[in-house]
Amino acid sequence: MSDDARTDDRRTETSVLVAFGVATAGAVGFVVAYALDAGAGWMGTALSAAFLGLGYGLVAWGHGLMPPGDEVEERHVMPAAPQREQEVGAYLRERGLEVRRRGLLGVALATALGATGLAALVPLWSLGPRPGDALLRTAWANPTNPRMVTTQGRPVRADELELGGILTVFPEGHEGAADAQALVIQLGDVALRSPGRADWMAAGHVAYSKVCTHAGCPVGLYEAVQQTLFCPCHQSAFDVVAGASPFQGPATQPLPQLPLAVDDEGYLVATGDFSAPVGPGWWDHP
Amino acid sequence: MIARVAVWLDRRLGAAEVAAAGAKKVFPEHWSFLLGEIALYSFLVLLATGTFLAMFFESSLEEVVYDGAYEPLQGVEVSAAFSSVMRLSFDVRAGLLVRQIHHWAALIFVAAIVVHLLRIFFTGAFRRPRELNWILGVTLLILAIVEGFAGYSLPDDLLSGTGLRIGFSIAQSIPFIGESLAFLVWGGEYPGDGILSRLFIAHVWVIPLLMLGLVTVHVGLVVRQKHTQFPGPGHTNDNVVGQRLWPTYAAKAVGLLFLLAGVLTAMGTLFQINPIWLYGPYDVAAVTTGAQPDWYMGWLEGALRLMPPVAISAFGRFVPNVFFPGVLVAGLTFGALYAWPFVEQWRTGEADCEHHLLDRPRDRPGRTAFGVAVVTFYSTLFVGGSNDILAAMTGWNVEAIVRVFQVLLVVLPPLAAWLTVRTCAQLRVADDHGRAVEQVRASMTTSN
Repeated sequence: MSDDARTDDRRTETSVLVAFGVATAGAVGFVVAYALDAGAGWMGTALSAAFLGLGYGLVAWGHGLMPPGDEVEERHVMPAAPQREQEVGAYLRERGLEVRRRGLLGVALATALGATGLAALVPLWSLGPRPGDALLRTAWANPTNPRMVTTQGRPVRADELELGGILTVFPEGHEGAADAQALVIQLGDVALRSPGRADWMAAGHVAYSKVCTHAGCPVGLYEAVQQTLFCPCHQSAFDVVAGASPFQGPATQPLPQLPLAVDDEGYLVATGDFSAPVGPGWWDHP
Repeated sequence: MIARVAVWLDRRLGAAEVAAAGAKKVFPEHWSFLLGEIALYSFLVLLATGTFLAMFFESSLEEVVYDGAYEPLQGVEVSAAFSSVMRLSFDVRAGLLVRQIHHWAALIFVAAIVVHLLRIFFTGAFRRPRELNWILGVTLLILAIVEGFAGYSLPDDLLSGTGLRIGFSIAQSIPFIGESLAFLVWGGEYPGDGILSRLFIAHVWVIPLLMLGLVTVHVGLVVRQKHTQFPGPGHTNDNVVGQRLWPTYAAKAVGLLFLLAGVLTAMGTLFQINPIWLYGPYDVAAVTTGAQPDWYMGWLEGALRLMPPVAISAFGRFVPNVFFPGVLVAGLTFGALYAWPFVEQWRTGEADCEHHLLDRPRDRPGRTAFGVAVVTFYSTLFVGGSNDILAAMTGWNVEAIVRVFQVLLVVLPPLAAWLTVRTCAQLRVADDHGRAVEQVRASMTTSN
């Protein structure tokens, strides 16, 4: 071994020693930081130093002081020699032929295995209810014309929202119901451009489902000057005066609308369910 | 002492022969062969950190009043799940550190898998006899993405809840079975009462177990079939040239494991990730602007945002818009990945022998150009998935940005393919030139 190589070796050895020293110090430091509850910063720094020291030391050791590469291993193709393949195949066939009545029993076994396998999957049906009409209706469908209440359950008066004001509402008794969430907006003296729904407004209010018809996010942003609703998830925008029909982004269906009225005590109520199922559609939904 | 243990084991397991064969095993060297190792080691870090986190997590949506150390949320009604992640982050010593390492490790894990997959693709390492391992690898990628999404959804914060809502919509848009399937998975109409405990058991048991099994077979097949190698002096289709497992390769591999653990720990220390206390607890009627999923969902997010407003109503059926990006694009993506080795074999007839020498991408311009086009497509989707943030940064309106990206999605991939074919040709010319120069130089040396 030449002098140069020996110096290189000694240099590598020193750096590996230093790295393992750092690792040990890091490990000790981590325990101390943990014991003193010194916070994630100290703990993480010490632990990271321990790992990095170990890693660097091992790689440098392997790279500089262990047998280098260029060793050769023979490779053999995956398949056995064709003759051997045939032998094994013949052996399996012959042993199989010694099994008596394989035809009938084989079919019976396959049938029994299949039936048992399918039967074992049946309990998966317990995971959830059949959809039924759950997606077609919400808690607004209530003959008693439920009041609109806030998330906290406070009924909304027909005179509390200012022009351009907006509020998230639920049917009374169903606060927080995901499919029933609606936005009530005070539009003032505006004629809706949605045919057949002239009397769905009450005292200048209009209400739409807050569930985006694109992917179901809450349509959380209202721009009062343009009178548009905007979904922050995928940037669909809906024209409130035109029946909340989408005019930008990926949504294709308008937000379903709620028919509104004001009850005897001056509270906003819904006189029926949404004009369509809320949220994005599904294949069986005509 | 070690010798005595070794003898004891050999007398019971015949371990000596296995050790001898294993220690002599040769691994070829190239930086790109470390990508799969990085994925494997991230997985180990995830198992270790995840086990610690699972000790503190409660998979319950029951409402509780938060009373932990984080003052702004004290007295707020939150789910037990959210509260337990808050406690883990603020009241459990080293909890936040481990949580942040876990999240960073998850991001690096999926990234390493994707880059590893690209390496396998561009060098043709999926060719016979390795088609099966390609299929295992693609399956692991899908599982890793699902696993990541499940973990992201567990804390029941505002962002994760929004992600689940979109997930329900996509599940619901699967042809014919979608509605029933969504109800089965969520345990009823959204938000469903079973989803969180189901995600938890999927995230900490079912999917990791599947992955552990598949990873074992994946690595086992590499041992059985031996690693591929790049062409080079002495490298043939019938040998492997490199370092033996013992001691050189083993030292470097374990070293890499520790280096990765160190880097992930440093990331978890220095860079805040998923600060759920800033997002707040999930509320079905609340949403935030500028919401972004974890990076590996970015292509899907982009597909959702860039999809033109199309839905089909015909024959009494309704095909909702999210079907196209959420089911069709995702299905085609993974379907095409599974099919690729067989499609290429069918086109080139290369299934007739085994391929252990890797291609250089420039020598396979058709495949390389196709791959670059696909990567360009998904990168465009990925960047398009942050159209609202781009809008806020540039001051352009979102609609204009969406239009630009819709055009780029059509224009960029073919352009990238064309550029790739050209670049490959130029690189091959440079190779030929280099070889000619070598020959001339060699002949001059001889004549001297």
